[in-house]
Amino acid sequence: MLYAAKIASRYLTASLAQTGLLVLGVALGVFIFIFMSALIGGLASFILARTAGDMAHVTIQAEAQDPALLGPAQGVLLAQGPATGHTAILRDTAALLPLIAALPGVTGVSPQINGSGFMTRGGEVIQVSIMGLEPGRESVIANLASYILQGSADLASGGVLLGKTLAEDLDVTLGQQVRLTSTQGVEALLTVTGIYQMGSGGPDRRQAYVGLATARVLIQMPQGVTRVEIKLTDLYAADALAPQIKALTGLDAKSWTEQAAQLLDALQAQAQTGYILKAFALLTIIIGVASALLLSTYRRRPEIGIMRAMGAGRGFVMAVFVIQGGLIGVMGGLLGAGLGYLVLLAFPGRESFSSGSGLPIDITQGAYGLAIWLTTLGAVLASILPARSAARLDPVTAIGQ
Amino acid sequence: MTLLQVSDLVKTFGAGEAETRVLRGLNLTLKTAELAALLGPSGSGKSTLLTILGTLMRPTSGAHTMLGVDLTRADDRALTEFRNRHIGFVFQFHNLLPDFTALENVIFPTAVREGRESAAARTRGAELLVRMGLKDRIQFPTANLSGGQKQRVAVARALMNRPELVLADEPTGNLDRASAGQVMDLIAEINRDEGTTFLISTHDEKIAALCRRQIVVGDGVVTG
Repeated sequence: MLYAAKIASRYLTASLAQTGLLVLGVALGVFIFIFMSALIGGLASFILARTAGDMAHVTIQAEAQDPALLGPAQGVLLAQGPATGHTAILRDTAALLPLIAALPGVTGVSPQINGSGFMTRGGEVIQVSIMGLEPGRESVIANLASYILQGSADLASGGVLLGKTLAEDLDVTLGQQVRLTSTQGVEALLTVTGIYQMGSGGPDRRQAYVGLATARVLIQMPQGVTRVEIKLTDLYAADALAPQIKALTGLDAKSWTEQAAQLLDALQAQAQTGYILKAFALLTIIIGVASALLLSTYRRRPEIGIMRAMGAGRGFVMAVFVIQGGLIGVMGGLLGAGLGYLVLLAFPGRESFSSGSGLPIDITQGAYGLAIWLTTLGAVLASILPARSAARLDPVTAIGQ
Repeated sequence: MTLLQVSDLVKTFGAGEAETRVLRGLNLTLKTAELAALLGPSGSGKSTLLTILGTLMRPTSGAHTMLGVDLTRADDRALTEFRNRHIGFVFQFHNLLPDFTALENVIFPTAVREGRESAAARTRGAELLVRMGLKDRIQFPTANLSGGQKQRVAVARALMNRPELVLADEPTGNLDRASAGQVMDLIAEINRDEGTTFLISTHDEKIAALCRRQIVVGDGVVTG
């Protein structure tokens, strides 16, 4: 094998221009592979950050109570349903939150009180959804702090955070007061302590964030919360972790995938598109190497005949050409990976990507090792056909050519 | 002592109406340390006979033994190994590997068997090249050698594994008179000193005259 490797490397160095072109062709394929990996990976991360990134990965929602049976009376089943404005409550969550937070893969837990109401300023009345967050945990699920345009995300002062559009509709600015009336009929005069812009219509136009204590008063919920949202390091672990949380707490924990099947489908479709593009890049490499080596074996037929006459077995001849393929793959892979890394360096990071400008490239998702490994494997596989053809050459015919 | 024997050797190419019978029951025995010339007109079957004796081609029928081994029954792997150890070739057009140096060409038969270029092989190869008068051409790329020098490298390569038999197909056919004389002198010297058997196919009567035995092939059989 060592000697076959020497012959193979000599063949490659004997015609440097040809080998250089071949390696460059392979490198180009690897570059495309890496570029597509970084682009598709970056795009997927960007979409996830913009969608599932601000979502809770696991949610514990209080279940609405079934109507209470009052007992049958003369063939009629009487039941008492919840009153209008009744909100389902999760009780005794305080003891469970540290247990959930201690689970591996959990990065944050946010107890919340949700409700709805009307926000009034002057003659303007707008329906809003009220989200009560625990001060200090405002950015555990959606990174509220990163969306703040004015003021701060801190809810400890008892103020309210409004979306930019909502603030504009109410014609209110930072430091001014608004009146918030819940559907339970409770009113509160709140100071606007922060204005945010998430970039999506709903939260920017219809959401009002208040502290948990303020929400308790507004929603008339002296104890418990309406839901608990949980954030994970790996959002794809949610399906596995939700049943664990359910088993641990006895509460109905649901993975984000149950509610965002379409998003999941879109992400999977995008990943599959990426695989297809990368497969085409790999196929190009394989075809390129195979055709180049076929030409090489044709050009070297007399030499193959001489080697066979001198006692080289078919396996040796085959090894010479397979090693050539492997060397071309390794060199092209390394060159393409290096080239890909350098080119990707020139692109701004995914963090600085904003819609409509540049590309959401993530240099860390270039799959460099995989690209080199697959290219080498592909080149070796591509060389098998020409190598077999070389090994099967009749030495007498080959020498005579 | 008998080195090689073929009997009733038949070789046909093609089939049906296109069938051509090149060897027609040829019989030949070569003894150890013979220096024999193989003569005959073009198309008489000389090259086909050399190819079969070199185990590069199988006869259609007949017996072929060398060093007591029945080569007609051996598989491709065994024939390749036998050829590597016991038979050397010198072709008309030297047929060296163009991208390698003179020394690398010479040691090829040993290196391919051992899987590496051993120091012992390099020493033997260098000694052979010195003996061929190519002391200052050992590390030369073969592309930089003259025709006569290339053919001497080819002779050295044929001798590398100390084969019992060297088959030479028109080894001087492509050389000028002086170079042809040098190559034949070397062949005669090695035959005399090392007892290597040479079978040299040639059209040149003068080259044939330098050999102790002349074998004439005509119409697919040995005629003299």
